[in-house]
Amino acid sequence: MSERLSVRKTYKLFIGGAFPRSESGRSYAVTSSKGDFLANAARASRKDARDAVAAARKAFPGWSGATAYNRGQILYRIAEMLEGRRAQFVAEITAFGGVGVKQAGEMVDAAVDRLVWYAGWSDKIGAVLGSANPVAGPYFNLSSPEPTGVVAVVAPQVGPLLGLVSVIAPVIATGNTCVVVASERAPLPAITLAEVLATSDLPGGVVNVLTGSAAEIAPWLAGHMDVNGIDLTGADAELAVTCEELAAENLKRVLRPPAGPVNWLADPGIARMTTFLETKTVWHPIGV
Amino acid sequence: MFEYAPAPESRDIVDIRPSYGLFINGEWVEPQGEDRHKTVNPATEEVLAEVAWAGEADVDRAVQAAAKAFPVWSAMPGAERAKYLFRIARLIQERSRELAVLETLDNGKPIRESRDVDLPLVAAHFFYYAGWADKLSYAGFGPDPRPLGVAGQVIPWNFPLLMLAWKIAPALACGNTVVLKPAETTPLTALAFADICRQADLPPGVVNIVTGAGETGAALVNHPGVDKVAFTGSTEVGRLIARGLAGTRKKLTLELGGKAANIVFEDAPLDQAVEGIVNGIFFNQGHVCCAGSRLLVQESVAADLLEALKRRLGTLRLGDPLDKNTDIGAINSAEQLAKIRELSEAGEAEGAERWSPACPIPDRGYWFPPTLFTGVAQSHRIAREEIFGPVLSVLTFRTPAEAVEKANNTPYGLSAGVWTEKGSLMLWMASRLRAGVVWSNTFNRFDPTSPFGGYKESGYGREGGRHGLEGYLAV
Repeated sequence: MSERLSVRKTYKLFIGGAFPRSESGRSYAVTSSKGDFLANAARASRKDARDAVAAARKAFPGWSGATAYNRGQILYRIAEMLEGRRAQFVAEITAFGGVGVKQAGEMVDAAVDRLVWYAGWSDKIGAVLGSANPVAGPYFNLSSPEPTGVVAVVAPQVGPLLGLVSVIAPVIATGNTCVVVASERAPLPAITLAEVLATSDLPGGVVNVLTGSAAEIAPWLAGHMDVNGIDLTGADAELAVTCEELAAENLKRVLRPPAGPVNWLADPGIARMTTFLETKTVWHPIGV
Repeated sequence: MFEYAPAPESRDIVDIRPSYGLFINGEWVEPQGEDRHKTVNPATEEVLAEVAWAGEADVDRAVQAAAKAFPVWSAMPGAERAKYLFRIARLIQERSRELAVLETLDNGKPIRESRDVDLPLVAAHFFYYAGWADKLSYAGFGPDPRPLGVAGQVIPWNFPLLMLAWKIAPALACGNTVVLKPAETTPLTALAFADICRQADLPPGVVNIVTGAGETGAALVNHPGVDKVAFTGSTEVGRLIARGLAGTRKKLTLELGGKAANIVFEDAPLDQAVEGIVNGIFFNQGHVCCAGSRLLVQESVAADLLEALKRRLGTLRLGDPLDKNTDIGAINSAEQLAKIRELSEAGEAEGAERWSPACPIPDRGYWFPPTLFTGVAQSHRIAREEIFGPVLSVLTFRTPAEAVEKANNTPYGLSAGVWTEKGSLMLWMASRLRAGVVWSNTFNRFDPTSPFGGYKESGYGREGGRHGLEGYLAV
């Protein structure tokens, strides 16, 4: 009896909760670090990017209006689903090469733990960043953080799962929705993560994942007038400058790329959340 | 309407020099170039003084002075920095009458506002941030938050000394040194502040003041020795600055334009709402980025409200800004007046109906009567563009959802107002308005403890409160 031939997966985009191919019909070959063929991934176009922004905008009122408790529950659910697919991610990361099974396992575990960490933040960030302000007059005055809106995320090129989770979770934990440009060289875990997101009660459109060329897609997102913020963590120096210049057009909140290599296992701090939060201050007179 | 006898504030309290140099490294220095500019009283067109126009070399000199002062100032114990700031706050209080008159002369705003709003807030701002200087480790930015270095700060002409306070007080409290450029039409109170720095014995180079126009500002924000840029002004210039800083490590905060909706529901106390609407758009001649320039009134009370509003506008007194009875002062410059006129004409041309009370206009100076437009559509320029003058656009709505939709239908997001007696509706509105400050049953309130700043194209970062420290710390 011959050995059974495996059924391979088609890697597509993730937009508005669905898995479409690129409208452009384009794809590109993803290879391991040694050059072995792994799969074809969709090569997203400008139109795909715009569709993803429209999906993210559509999802924003519901997601930002959900209770913080509910968002935290869903982030925790994502962690649960990711944990259940541990073996699949370890296989995907090791197939790409460069890391062994043990190290890949540690990365997946860290990604799960990171989601749990951010799940807990969703209903605490308001208390940490908000304030009751003692103004010099008879007024009730309260400041609270609110999500910025639709955020474009250029995911790190290395650390395809842990890095990816570390840039998505802080953006959505606080109520933003996002369009993520996955690592160009290692996009497969991003699409597998999208399968996790699709089965975690996360409303469609809260996270949208594009694969392809960051240099091609990111500038469309940076210049898009319905995108409110952009995380340039995964952009190289040249692309980052281009995107930051384009982002000035509608004064997007910009998270610049880190000055040096990032240790994704370290305590992430809260800057990834605060960059994409606004502060709203409400005044009301006090009197009888 | 009552007649009022003139009650002018004396200008003798102010001693304006005929000519000013630049304040660099604790000294008055002459600029390297020959460029000088006359600053005028917009109420009379009288020349008040000549000020230097700083060029690139002058800006460089100021940035170097600030960089040299940074190690000393940032290493100083916070408690000592605090005492300098407390000293400055006290000096401002001691000289507040003089500074209020000077502000009114140079800016054109009524003395009642410079005396009762601007100056008290300026002193309060320094007092507030003075107290933070030795408590930064408790501010929520880590155990030992560090300053950034040299802050390049560019401020507008609508609240000259108050904007200076918003910029300099938190910068210094956090341990940064500053180079500040006041607006070209209102440099005099910033130059008076330089004298206050000397009276406070502030170490040389901690505060440097360079006067000039847009080119001076561009030289400052683009100077490689600047680590932090803070700008308050138009969205157009804010965009240019953001683009220019792309690829640098400079930290940027921007407080830009606005087109705030002031929303009146049918259950609102109409008399109070009328006062709030007047304060929202006619305070400081409407030269306020957070002005309530779009009145959204629920259809059922629109007629009653407009009648009461028109009656109230008939009692506003326009004229000599130094008169203590004056409600509406002069427009700050001929250029700004031309812009207000142009947009008002566009309002008429696009089909909105223009109304102003009978209002005598002085023969000299720059003036614009309080004006309101009815029949305004959302597509009209007067409903979309920031006029920055005493011009109110009135629109109507039927449901709360429609009010939210119309209020948020703007690229800006600085402020908003909501008038209703129903608490749940007020909070529902407040949560849906995409604006950094929401005033409910009040408008145009400011306080150093209260963060101020916008959503969307109104800029980013906050000034005031604990939040205002973040823009000046390496976090």
